[in-house]
Parts: sequence; C-alpha cells; structure tokens
Amino acid sequence: MEKVVANADIAVQNIEDNATLMLGGFGLCGIPENCIGALVRKGVNGLTCISNNAGVDDFGIGLMLQQKQVKKMISSYVGENAEFERQLLSGELEVELIPQGTLAERCRAAGSGVPAFYTPAGVGTEVAEGKETREFGGKTYLLEHAFDADFAIVKAWKGDTDGNIIFKATARNFNPMMAMAGKYTIVEVEELVEPGELDPNFIHVPGIFVNAIFKGTDYEKRIEQRTVRSS
Amino acid sequence: MLTKELIAKRIAKELKDGYYVNLGIGVPTLVANYIPDGIHVTLQSENGLLGMGPFPTEEKVDADLINAGKQTVTTLPGSAFFDSATSFAMIRSGRVDLTVLGAMEVNDKGDISNWKIPGKMVKGMGGAIDLVASAKNIIVAMMHTNKGGESKLLKECTLPITGLNCVKKVVTNLCVLDVTERGFELKELAPGVTVDMVREATEGRLVVEGDIPEMEL
Repeated sequence: MEKVVANADIAVQNIEDNATLMLGGFGLCGIPENCIGALVRKGVNGLTCISNNAGVDDFGIGLMLQQKQVKKMISSYVGENAEFERQLLSGELEVELIPQGTLAERCRAAGSGVPAFYTPAGVGTEVAEGKETREFGGKTYLLEHAFDADFAIVKAWKGDTDGNIIFKATARNFNPMMAMAGKYTIVEVEELVEPGELDPNFIHVPGIFVNAIFKGTDYEKRIEQRTVRSS
Repeated sequence: MLTKELIAKRIAKELKDGYYVNLGIGVPTLVANYIPDGIHVTLQSENGLLGMGPFPTEEKVDADLINAGKQTVTTLPGSAFFDSATSFAMIRSGRVDLTVLGAMEVNDKGDISNWKIPGKMVKGMGGAIDLVASAKNIIVAMMHTNKGGESKLLKECTLPITGLNCVKKVVTNLCVLDVTERGFELKELAPGVTVDMVREATEGRLVVEGDIPEMEL
C-alpha cells in the first residue's frame, strides 16, 4: 500500500466536517504546520482537536480557530491565545482541559489497544468529577479512557516511504503517541528518504502505524519564547 | 524580605547531589541559577528533556529545542530526549526527587491551588496536576500574600485544587515553612522579618516553637 502522498492538501483530503483530530506538538514546537495550512484551505468545520496547546493567535491551531473551524479543543494548556479565550468566554468554543500526563497517556492507551487505565493525577480535583475511582495499595486512582480519534496529524523530522519516522529534540513531545493512536495517521516530515536509508535502531515510530506520509515545505518553526545568553 | 531571586536562591539550598528536579514556570525556574557548587543536579523538563542546559547563544537557537515554558534551551553532555508519555511516566512513578512550583494558595494540610481562577483565568493545568499527584517532595515558591495583601497560606484553599496533601515546604518572601500534620511550622525567617509579621500574614495554622533563626542565603 503506497503511503507517500504528494502534499498536505492530498494528505488531509479525507478529513470531513465534525471529525476528531489529534495534532502533535508542544506549544509551537513540533506542530504539523503544513497540514494545519491545508485544513485551513480545505475549510472543514466542526472539528474536535486533541492537542496539548491551541497555538497562538496567528500560528498553529490558532489559524483554524480564527476561521472558526474548531468546535471543541481537548488540551492541557491554552494560555497563549487571545482569540481562543474570546471564543471560550463567549461560548462559541467548547473546551476540555486535561492534565498533561493524562493527555499523553490517553493517547498512548489509544495506540496500544488499552481501553482505559488508572492514574493518580487529578484525585481530589475537578478533573475527578464523574469519574470512577479505585484504591490500589491504599492510594486512590482515577479511571481514564483512551482517546478515540479519527485522524492523527503528526510532524516528524525524518521518515522513509514505508512510514518509519524519527523525531528531533523536543519536537518529539506528543507526536509519537498520537502517530500510534490515530485510526488514520498522517505524517509530515522535513526529510523523506527511501527504505534502508534510516538506521532501524533509531526509528521512533515504526511505519505500521502510519497511513500517509509526505515531505513538508516552507517550515516556519516559530519560537514562542526566544531566550538567549550573551556568550 | 526576600526578592523572587532570593526565594529561588534559598530553595536551591534544598538541592542534593544526584537529584532529578522539575522546576515550574516563573520563580521556580530561577532556582537553576543558584545550584550550589560541587553538586550535580539533573533538570527534567516535562515536554521531553532530561538534562536541561542554559539558554543558547544566538547562533545555537533551535526552534526544536525548548523547555516546558516554551523557552529556547540547550542540552548538556548526558542529556536525553523522550516523548510526553515517557516524561510523565518518570513523574508518576516517583523518579523525580524534587518538584518546585509556584502557587496561588496553599493550605495547612499541604493542599495546593495553582491552575485556575474561575471566570478569570482558564489557561489550563498543563502538567501541574500530574506533578503534584505523584511527586515525593514538593516545595512551593511564592509571595506570602497576594496583591491585595491577603494571605496565600490558608486554612482551606478557595480556588480549584491542583492536588491534595502534597506540599512539603513553602518558601515565601517572609520565611521558610514546613507543612506537617500540625500545620505550617515556621523554620526560618527572612532578613528583617519578625515572627509577628509572619503571624499577621498567615491565615492557616502556624506553629512557632523556640527561637526561629534567620535564613542563610
């Protein structure tokens, strides 16, 4: 089955209104810039987006929020986006805030055939409301469920045409678990190579999890907090 | 009274050789500037980096290498990258020796509120709820009172809870307090601060026993 597609527009062509998407990235680091651009051009609406953050006003998922394409955000931290806050307070946008580790684990469970798991995170907080609890070894844990996403949209550094992928530095973040969790996983890479060119010892996500892969272009890689030292 | 820098400097004295440490955003991040000479501490950044180095020089800035505060950082010899699930596996399984966090409120049972002000601030909890649920040792770095002059060391937290019964120590601009079954135990005073000033600024149960030393900075 050929996994390589020509570009982002073709990669996202099967995404319809009201789909549930996972989008990789932490802040603006390791986000699928090309696919986000294609989703904005395609104009799909009513999307549920599972992503640690919601971009900034004019970059990342913020571009989809500007076009009011997002019905619901499932995130751990959404603090850098004024348009997001406006839509949230006006009730246009539904938001589910989830502890970051639980968000990661719900992705991992989804990609691992595990329907639910117990975690200590959120016991005694509003996160626990309505959730089943159970004691193990005298400590209370919450039952959390695997996500159910139609598509995972992931940014990797290098990939081969079989869909094996490698991430760079902290641009890895949520991308590997999301790549494993999508019913249909789309990967954009900076470098796309032939099978055999990547060392099998260093593959982060094997190609079995990947449905479509393409070489992205024109990465901006915007930096949120550019911090430097003088010498 | 302590500045934010001096709060960070005092907390840095709690670091021990071989510690893995997670520093929250804000004052906790400053602790990295005061790691005592002769000890080796490894900083964990929950977005996927163990062994966080200093900010890069202009030439070394890499958009793919940031910390949990989204600041550009560097690696050190021995650093490791990993995904977010692995990062929180380290946190939940108790591998992180010390977590330093800011807070809006702490109560005398060690409960902490630091992620939400209903109707005002709805940014999200990030990794704070996961961190406080599992950390063995949590130190809170904060001002003793809020901008309105009200105590942040309370009998009961009024804001949504981040975690229960988890804070072990609080370092404020006024003093160092241990959180025990008896409440906030006053351990050290900042230069120029009296026990009465701490009493005045603390709403929760305060335990004062014997002479309270001035903290060494």
